[in-house]
Amino acid sequence: MTAFLTLVLRDIRLATRVGGGGGMAVFFFLIVLSIVPLGVGPDLNLLTRIAPGMLWVALLLSVLLTLDRLFQADQEDGTLDLLSLGPVSLELQVLAKALSHWLTTGLPLILAAPMLGLMLNLPISSMWPLVLSMAVGSPALSLLGAAGAALAVGVRRGGLLISLLVLPLYVPILIFGVSATRNAVISAPGDLGDRSLMLLGAVTLISLVVGPIGGAAALRANFK
Amino acid sequence: MTISENLPKGRVALDYAPLSLSVRDLACVRGERPVFSQIDFDLAAGEMLTLKGPNGAGKSSLIRQVAGLLDVSGGAIELLGAAEGETVGDHALYAGHLDAVKAPLSVFENMAFWADFYGVARAMIDPALACFALAHLVSLPASVLSAGQKRRLGLARLALIPRPIWLLDEPTVSLDVTSVARLADLMRTHLKQGGLILAATHIDLGIGSRELHLGEAPS
Repeated sequence: MTAFLTLVLRDIRLATRVGGGGGMAVFFFLIVLSIVPLGVGPDLNLLTRIAPGMLWVALLLSVLLTLDRLFQADQEDGTLDLLSLGPVSLELQVLAKALSHWLTTGLPLILAAPMLGLMLNLPISSMWPLVLSMAVGSPALSLLGAAGAALAVGVRRGGLLISLLVLPLYVPILIFGVSATRNAVISAPGDLGDRSLMLLGAVTLISLVVGPIGGAAALRANFK
Repeated sequence: MTISENLPKGRVALDYAPLSLSVRDLACVRGERPVFSQIDFDLAAGEMLTLKGPNGAGKSSLIRQVAGLLDVSGGAIELLGAAEGETVGDHALYAGHLDAVKAPLSVFENMAFWADFYGVARAMIDPALACFALAHLVSLPASVLSAGQKRRLGLARLALIPRPIWLLDEPTVSLDVTSVARLADLMRTHLKQGGLILAATHIDLGIGSRELHLGEAPS
């Protein structure tokens, strides 16, 4: 347990010290969502309609941006070799990576989302559903992303490869996430929105199992 | 000054459970090219085996195979004296070509991470750093260290974490003469405590060690 927390804290410390982690993702999130109204035009009704989808797509892309260094930094300086000989199983190490990734990337993005929602004319009443659905769904982004990053760890400049591997896996999260946010906007709260939220939670729970196991298997394959 | 004076008392008295390694008919194939085959050796507690051979003879691959970081292409590596289900990796420290030093973290933070990760008391960090004369650099970020200092920081993990099997792949690269002597001192202490060392090195460390010559790489 100590070793697990040590890993999480080290990754948070590295992410905050190096920069390029969560801060960059938030700025990317901001910029992507700032150019949407510029591209779509000042049609407030249209913006309201597309806001949930745009917010979620931008969230996925921002998370993707930060995935490539997740294991590669450790691989390049030899830390990964030593970690794999350590007292913690690789599965838990992947989980630790995903957790610190979520804390440094997912969490800041969720906190920034309501403000950016305002920019897209998302009604105030749907801020809470937006934040809630992102809070439920974004851990899955980090967990599945960690597995993808582990798969591409041996590939130089594997960022694009990670995107190709991971984005298809993000589709259910996108669908349920958008529908959980949108239903709360359009229909009465507590209607279909809640069911989507539960499905989103199910995806996160599945990712909690699949992500670490898949990621560890990918890291082991890299040693072969 | 010898290393044993630098190490805290608990560490010097440390005696490892008698482990031994038995390698039989080991083979390695990299990229369809056979690197070596039919390697046999035994390594008992308190013994060191030095791997010699030209570049490409498979010294690094052999060490990685023993550590479990590379699949064996044939043969077996057995760890005797360990509990059921434990692998060499559970008892080994590996020091490879890369130093596994995090540049954004300070020297102390680098060591503190490994201490916490392995559940070693943080009080052990200063003596371990002293083994490689890094005590005056503790608060510096590792990014400003020279190549030799980074290597020493990586090797200081050997003094920090009590594990019996040391797998050292060219540990003396970029070390100065004094640091090589310090490393040799540390290795001798480790052997006295019942440790095992498998090392690939081109220079003579002055430690009584058996040698295993890996063949000429087929061109």
